[in-house]
Order: sequence, then C-alpha cells, then structure tokens
Amino acid sequence: MRPETSINPGLEVTVLVSIGRHPVTGRARRADQDARGVELARSLEGAEVQLLHAGEQAETSEAALRGYLGMGFSELSLLEQPQGADVVPALAEALDAAAPHLVITGERAERGEGSGLLPYLLAERLGWPLVSGLAAVEGVENGVATLLQALPRGQRRRLKVRLPAIVTVDGAAPAPRQSAYGPARRGTFEALAGPVCHDEEWAEWQVQPARKRPKRLKIVKAASARDRFKAAAAKAEGGGGQVLTDVTPEQGAEAILKLLREEEVLR
Amino acid sequence: MSDLRRRDPRKEWIGRNRLHPQHLEVLAELGMGAASEWMGPNGVIRRNPHAVGFVGPNGLRRIDRSGAQQGVAGAGASTSVAVQKPRVEIDDPAFSVVVVPDMAGGRLSSHDRDLIGLARRLADVDSGTQGVVVAVIFGPHKEVNFGEAGIDRLLHLDSPEMAGYSPEARLVALTLVEQSWAPRHWLLPDSKLGGGELGRRLAARLGERPATGVWQVEADAELPSGWRCIARGAAESLDIQRPLPRVSLALAECAEPISETCHAAAELSLPQSLPSMLSRIDDLGQVPVDPSGVALSEAEFILSAGNGVKDWDGFHHAAEVLGATEGASRVAVDDGFMARDRQVGATGTWVSARVYVAVGISGAIQHLQGIQTCEKVVAINMDPGCDMIKRADLAVIGDSTRILEALVTLVKQAREEKRDAA
Ligand SMILES: Cc1cc2nc3c(=O)[nH]c(=O)nc-3n(C[C@H](O)[C@H](O)[C@H](O)COP(=O)(O)OP(=O)(O)OC[C@H]3O[C@@H](n4cnc5c(N)ncnc54)[C@H](O)[C@@H]3O)c2cc1C
Repeated sequence: MRPETSINPGLEVTVLVSIGRHPVTGRARRADQDARGVELARSLEGAEVQLLHAGEQAETSEAALRGYLGMGFSELSLLEQPQGADVVPALAEALDAAAPHLVITGERAERGEGSGLLPYLLAERLGWPLVSGLAAVEGVENGVATLLQALPRGQRRRLKVRLPAIVTVDGAAPAPRQSAYGPARRGTFEALAGPVCHDEEWAEWQVQPARKRPKRLKIVKAASARDRFKAAAAKAEGGGGQVLTDVTPEQGAEAILKLLREEEVLR
Repeated sequence: MSDLRRRDPRKEWIGRNRLHPQHLEVLAELGMGAASEWMGPNGVIRRNPHAVGFVGPNGLRRIDRSGAQQGVAGAGASTSVAVQKPRVEIDDPAFSVVVVPDMAGGRLSSHDRDLIGLARRLADVDSGTQGVVVAVIFGPHKEVNFGEAGIDRLLHLDSPEMAGYSPEARLVALTLVEQSWAPRHWLLPDSKLGGGELGRRLAARLGERPATGVWQVEADAELPSGWRCIARGAAESLDIQRPLPRVSLALAECAEPISETCHAAAELSLPQSLPSMLSRIDDLGQVPVDPSGVALSEAEFILSAGNGVKDWDGFHHAAEVLGATEGASRVAVDDGFMARDRQVGATGTWVSARVYVAVGISGAIQHLQGIQTCEKVVAINMDPGCDMIKRADLAVIGDSTRILEALVTLVKQAREEKRDAA
C-alpha cells in the first residue's frame, strides 16, 4: 500500500541517521527506524534528500553508516562529535543553517540512553512543529505536508502540518530497501564541525545490561483463606455479564449495536 | 410493617433454653433457625457447637470458618454485605503529583492505573507532608471510578481544541498546570497511545531531562528528590539507574494499582483560561483502513466465528459491514471455513481487542485463553449454559445467522439515516 506522492521539486529533506545495534549480536548496523526514515524520504519524488549523522568517525560506525549510503546516496554529512557528547546543540545549529523543509528521524536510538527525546528537543529549539509515528507522507503542497500517522492497532490518521517540520517514523513506515554494496563503498563522508557539549549527567548514572523484569504476581486480596482459595482455584472469568434470552433477533442485534456504539468501534 | 422490633421475653427465654420442649419451634419462629451463637441473658456470648457447619456430601459435618454459610444471621435488621473501601480525603496538601493518563477508549487503562499507583507512592511518602495525586485528562471519557483508582483531584479539560490529535494545545494546558501548581512530580505513561509523546514534549518545554521507560522506583534517602529509578534504555537492552527526575515516563507495571482505598477525585479547574493559539498541525481525522489487513493480534474489533456459524457468506458480509477484523475458533479453521492465521486461542493468536464478538463459539478453555485481555466480549450463541456466556459482557441467545442478519440491517439503516441527514 504505497501512497501516491506528487512530484515535489525543490523539497529539501534531511534524514537524521544513527548507528543501530543488532538486537541479538549487538553489532553496529543501520538503525531500523532510521533506515525506514530514509526509505520514506526516498519515496518522495523529486525531493532532495540529505543524510546527517552526528558522532565520531570510527572503524565500526563507518560500516554501519555505509549501510545508509548503500540505499542510493553518494554522500553523508558527518557532524563530528566525540563519544558521549550531547549532540542536540550541534544538530540544532546544523539544521538551522541548512534550513531543510522536512527533517525525518527515528523514534528512538538503539544505543545510549535511547530516550527518544532528540526530535522533541530539536523541535523545541528550532520552534518547528513535530509529528510522531509517521507511516507515510502523502504529499506536499504550498508549504503544507499531508501526512499519514500510524496509531496503535493498525489505525491511521491523516494530518496536515506546516513546513518546516520534524517528523519521526516507527515500525509502521515502509520497510527499508536492501543496502547495495557498490554505492555503499563508493559513497563519501563530508565532515562538518559543530559545537561540542558533554553529557555529564549520563556519566554519573549506573548503566548495566537490562535485567529481566520480574513478573507481576496475581495478588488476591481476600479477608479469609476460603476466599483466597476460591480465587486461586476458580476459573479466571466470573459471570456478571448481561444475558439476553428469549429475545427476537432484532432486539438482540439492537443490544449488540448499542454496545458497539458505546465502545466507538463502528465507523 | 414498621421496623420496630417487639421483644417477647418468654420466647427469648425458650430460645436460650436448649432443653425446653418448644426450643426448636421457637427458634424457627424467631428466625434464629440453627442459631449457633447468641447473646446470653447476662451479656455473655453463648455458642451451640451442634448447630455450626453443615453436613457435606459424604455425610461428614463440615465447618466453614469464613462465616459465609453459618446460620448466625439474627432476627435483627439485615446487615449490608458490600464492603466499603476506606475513603481518603486530603484537604490541604503539601505538594502535588500530576499524572496524565492515556485514557485509551475513554477509560483508565491498566497502564494508567499502575501509574496512578506509582503516583500514590510518591504522594504518600511522609504522612506529615501529605501530597495529592492530580490527574489531567483531555476530551470526553467514560470512566466512573476515578476515586477508586486513587485520584484525589481531577482536572478535566474538555474544550473542542483538545479533541483528536492536539499535542500542542494539550502542551499549553500542561504548562499552565505547571505554572499554577508547580507539581513535585510529573508522571506520564511511556506508551504509544499519546502519553509517550506528550511527556517528551512537556519535558522539552519545561527544560527538564525526563527519565523514560521507568520500570522501578525506589526510595533513596541520600538523593535530594528522595527517589531513584531504573529505566530502560537503548532499545530495551540497558538498565539505567538514576535519580528520579521531575518528569518521568513510566512503563506498565511500574507499581501496583490502588485497590484498597477510595479517594475523592474532586473536580479541579485551571485558575486562568487557556490562551487561544494557532495550531500548526491539523487533524483531518482517522482514515478508514482495511480491517482484514490489520494483524489479528492488534485488531481493535474482532468478529470471530465458530462451529455455530452456518451461513459463511453472511458472516463475511457482516464483518465487512461492521468493519471488523475476522477471527475464528479452531473448529472453524479445521473445517476449512477460515484461514489458519485467523485462529484465536492457545494454538492460534492471542488477541487484545477492545470488542470481541464470538459468534457460535462454545468457549473452550483453549479459546478463552486467547481472549483473556479483551475488554468487552459479546457472545451470540444458542446454548445459554456454555462457557463463552459466562465470560461475555453481553450475551444474546439465539440463532447466529438471524442475529447477524438483523445486525447488518440495523447498521445499514443507521448509516443511511446519517447520510440522509448530512
Ligand atoms: C491442544 C488443543 C489446542 C487447542 N487450541 C485451540 C485454539 O487455539 N483455539 C480454539 O478456538 N480452539 C482450540 N482448541 C479446540 C477447543 O478445545 C474447542 O474444540 C474449540 O474451540 C471449539 O470450537 P467452537 O466453539 O467453534 O465449536 P463448538 O464447541 O462446537 O461450539 C459451537 C457453539 O455454537 C453454538 N451454536 C450452534 N449452532 C448455532 C447457531 N445456529 N447459532 C448460534 N450458536 C450456535 C453451540 O451452542 C456451541 O456453543 C484446542 C484444542 C486442543 C486439544
């Protein structure tokens, strides 16, 4: 279900890309949501797409970043930042200078704090509107973009937002294309300098691999042992529902319809 | 008849005298049937151990000490059985803890309740300086038990600009709350239902660095805030232990929900009116999606067919008209009427629909397991004694084909009336 996109001459799109982490091996890779963001930008016909990454240039991260270049780019801008730096000031400055129409980011990073705050902080600094959880960009006209936002339970919502804007994508956006080896090798990095701001709080926190969360126990609050036993032994579902016997099909249907209306599942 | 009790001293005396020839008759008359306990003449409780308990199925006397089956009910006025939860009123709070629940589907979700439980812990740390839990909710709702969830004050913002997707207007309202009451803690659900987004916006606006993905909060006297938390980071692969900041976004099951007390949930209003603002984001409303394209596990509204469905074309048509995702019981799948990926239950998909309509499904335990987390279950079945009826919030006894037909007609009628009116 690919939406039809109109031709958007001169639409400048910047995709913020980060270094992901393979959930099983832990190796660096292109981050899934960011790659979906790049794919979304690629689906905008006629748009000029730029990739931007803030971080250090190291052997391992380079391989991951080349994964984005392999999606059909010849160049990736690299804002050089040391390890453990707060990249928001540098990114805000770079975006302010470049002034793209649309900035696409993932919902959360796969490394570091991964709080998902970055797009919100950028939006606050730049004073741009932000839309989260995008599934598709339907079109851009006169500086207003029509977006399709993904809601839980597979639902979609249509929004209009004035550009420039920041949007985030999550797993509902179209799956990214395969990274091609040749373009990934040939692509180049364009290094940019930016202000460096150290993240001191992060250094103070204790970070360890995630523990398994304890399972919640089913606590039965009952006054007597008999009630506790009954609650533990009984089937989880008790009665208490309304039962309509000896009704005509029409009456039954009406009762069901009333419930469906109350729950607002009918459209 | 008046409620005034008339005493008959003689009968009472006979009632107390187990050896009196009329003892049993008088007891029955006084309504003390098999009285096992009564007040003696000089204020001492008397017990009759022979009248306690009941004879079980194998002929043995069983004594049930929970008091549920004893014939102790006296002749007096019946006592009410409903247990009243102790009511908590907090008149002049020292500080406030603000919760912004998701209110998915207009009700407090279990995630919201966990969050309110956490807020109560933060508010009730010190009985000397008692805090209040304030909930801010937006738009219309269907919740009735805010007090029992543990909310002391309720700020309900129901102006038209708060409807739909309106994060900017809601953010303005929350900053007004911040200015008016300067809460000690802000708690929001870290969910995809809006709480995660609103919380991050709020933190960015207030210039606070929030903790996201918080799943455990513990008291720590050494920290200035008195609390530390453990939060998930880096795509769920790290645990970050840090002091609890003012704004926190917590995961489900971060604390136990409130179940033992009832709170006031008094209405609150903002001291100033909301400034009107131009929204830069226009909500054009939800887009109809193809219900059959929605994964069964996350579908909101499921129409599920079992062995009791006879007219399969009618069933598919009903699902289409209602806009429901189709599900099936194992029998319907095994018989080849539905695809395997539509099977609900232990060996199929575990669904989490808000409304689950079971058509002609008997409710085998393997099937019921799969619908444990569904909110409302509607059963259409011929057999009033089946297990699905016990699980259902609404059960209609009758032939599935005819009821579905009637439902389709009704929905179509309603749609046409709407179109004519528009
Ligand atoms: C290991 C194992 C795993 C299983 N896993 C699953 C699973 O994952 N999911 C699953 O669904 N089952 C599962 N089953 C099967 C399960 O035990 C039941 O056999 C099955 O769920 C019954 O399906 P049913 O309710 O559609 O059929 P039935 O039990 O035949 O029920 C039909 C119901 O329809 C009603 N009815 C009949 N005619 C009409 C009519 N005209 N109008 C209205 N009502 C009518 C009847 O009163 C009856 O209540 C499993 C079984 C085993 C052993």
